[in-house]
Amino acid sequence: MKQHIFPAILLTLCCLVLFNIIYPLAMYGVGLVIGPNHARGETVEAKGRTVGYALLGQSFTEDRYFWSRPSAVGYNAAGSAGSNKGPSNPDYLKTVQERIDTFLAHNPGIRASQIPSELVTASGSGLDPDLSPQAARVQVARIARARNIDAARVEQLIAAQTKGPLLGMFGPSTVNVLHLNLALDAL
Amino acid sequence: MSTELSGILAAFFITLAMAWPLGRYIARIYSGERTWTDPVLGPLERFFFRISRIDATSEMTWQEHMKAMLTINLVWLLATVFVLMNMAWLPLNPDGNPSMSADLAFNTAISFVVNCNLQHYSGESGLSYLGQIWLMFLHFVSAGTGMAAAAVLFNALRERQTSTLGNFYDYFLKSCTRILLPISIVTTLLLLAEGTPMTFAGKDTITTLQGDTVQVSRGPVAAFVAIKHVGTNGGGFFGANSAHPLENPTYFTSLVEMAAQFIIPLAMVFAFGFYLKRRRLGAMVLGVMTVGFLLLVIPNIIFEMNGNPAIGAMGIDQATGAMEGKEVRLGSGLSAYWSILTTVISTGSVGAMHDSTMPLSGMNELLAMMVNGFYGGCGVGLLNFFIYVIIAVFIAGLMVGRTPEFLGKKVEAREVKIAMLTTLLSPMLIMGGTALAAWTLGQHPDLPWLNNPGYHGFSEMLYEMTSANANNGSGFEGLGDNNPFWNISTGIVLLLGRFIPIIGPIAIAGLLAGKKYIPESPGTLKVDTLTFGIMIFSVIVILTALSYFPALALGPLAEFFSM
Repeated sequence: MKQHIFPAILLTLCCLVLFNIIYPLAMYGVGLVIGPNHARGETVEAKGRTVGYALLGQSFTEDRYFWSRPSAVGYNAAGSAGSNKGPSNPDYLKTVQERIDTFLAHNPGIRASQIPSELVTASGSGLDPDLSPQAARVQVARIARARNIDAARVEQLIAAQTKGPLLGMFGPSTVNVLHLNLALDAL
Repeated sequence: MSTELSGILAAFFITLAMAWPLGRYIARIYSGERTWTDPVLGPLERFFFRISRIDATSEMTWQEHMKAMLTINLVWLLATVFVLMNMAWLPLNPDGNPSMSADLAFNTAISFVVNCNLQHYSGESGLSYLGQIWLMFLHFVSAGTGMAAAAVLFNALRERQTSTLGNFYDYFLKSCTRILLPISIVTTLLLLAEGTPMTFAGKDTITTLQGDTVQVSRGPVAAFVAIKHVGTNGGGFFGANSAHPLENPTYFTSLVEMAAQFIIPLAMVFAFGFYLKRRRLGAMVLGVMTVGFLLLVIPNIIFEMNGNPAIGAMGIDQATGAMEGKEVRLGSGLSAYWSILTTVISTGSVGAMHDSTMPLSGMNELLAMMVNGFYGGCGVGLLNFFIYVIIAVFIAGLMVGRTPEFLGKKVEAREVKIAMLTTLLSPMLIMGGTALAAWTLGQHPDLPWLNNPGYHGFSEMLYEMTSANANNGSGFEGLGDNNPFWNISTGIVLLLGRFIPIIGPIAIAGLLAGKKYIPESPGTLKVDTLTFGIMIFSVIVILTALSYFPALALGPLAEFFSM
């Protein structure tokens, strides 16, 4: 042990210089060049101000906007968390039922079987920026009514904002809720 | 085929294809052959060794290896406790986050030194940027430690009789500089391009489109997330780990992060075959591991994509699957794949919250950590698997009535005893720890530990102890674990669950290396065959089932049957 202690300390110092100073600073430098918004997190500008971060979801509760998914942290990105509710937890299932009831009350004419599960379940981060296209489409009638516009135009917006699978082959299709709502406001 | 399933297949096969050349490269590194990284990194390593007064060419016995390993780990542990308990006044703390309490610092320091990364804090509020970067240092060196131990195993299994097995510092530093660092740099670049932040600016405050004021936590994320995966560490920069959109912005980065965590464990198996010039043996090991992996991952993909039946009963459309705790951009399929990938290889980074997965998915995640040898973590996965091999050799030897042999070395009572004790340690720590926790909760039912009632609550405690013992680091995160009981108990489990499963196999390997080499004869037990592969697989299944069935019956199985 004694003959190893000084080499251990000195080698640790060398590794600290390489992995804690050179590596992160080099990556920081590259990020300034290749990262969106110089790797400070890409922001979205609209109406003359910053309205959000492109990758982070936000809360939408008004009928005239597409709603985001439920969130365990209220979309405040000072923190991040899922609900961590187990699938059989009775209190949790009651919460889900209340979300379904709320959604149906705000969206007359919609049946529960048209609501995709992500609209009534909280995401892992509490900051999920996306919906599936079906979760957006099921809200079209409400938005068209609230904004007094043609439902077909809202449908077109969803189609235009839908991001397909990676290379057309891998993964689910998604719609970014913030971009979708900005497009709505721009109509 | 759905695009979700094709994404999973792509994730698996692309990584497998990249692991082959990497395995060849790793074998060359550990055997000291020339590689294309020599001109740049060779002088740097020699410079480091000169400063550290280390003669990297002097060979060590297995005991000296372990002494060197434990000493340097102790240095890291003490330094980390100091940093974590003094973050508040040290530099790089733009958000003014506090220092850690003594018990949390104890747990966190151990957790990152042993490559586990169980986190009883959330990165947004629990660490300064200095604390984060310090943990990033441990991401590198703890992975390097495990890989160095695997290199000692490789060395010991060569066809010769020897007491010296290479130099620990040489294996360790080269693992960090030649393998972990280059892959991390590539991974960071891909993450940066997709929008992961790499900034030293503090929290931002914004007003959302609808008019709410929220804060946005940022930081030097990209470099951290890269090595967190490459070193199979798994501790997240943010509380939500890789479910967080800034840690893992897109489907593409999900594929990158999964490849990053999977590639070295796979490549180590290939390297094992190349290094020993026993490719058939390498293929057999890979085959057994892959069968185990598939048996765990396929059910999870089915369960999660089918959705939660209790929510289905409310009439909800289950086309997107069980989405509680999952992100839309990953989808339920890839999230399920990730949940097993991260538990078989001891990463513990999560793309979705395991606490909210279906009961039997949770069981498979537990089983993956209980076995801990289907691929396994950086380096240590092979060590765990080696223990299973020794037991299989022993049982096979008994069945045919011969002295068991492995690669030309007699496996005798001492080696088998060490293997047995190492194997028995895991159930003792997991079940003993869970029993202690359940008993404590029984005495004090008002303790705010569990986020879910009934069987699932029991699973939360079982998962935490299993994750600590397997050095995995994922969690059923509903568990309220930042308190002295969990910080101290899992801290102890972490230490034992890390170092004994390294020392045990290295001791066996060292003992075997010291024995006379017996050339193969017609009576030798052939270990690179399908028959022996089935033998190993049976040993793993029997040991795991016998050890853990009762605990699994109380937790996930009971929950499944009650739903």
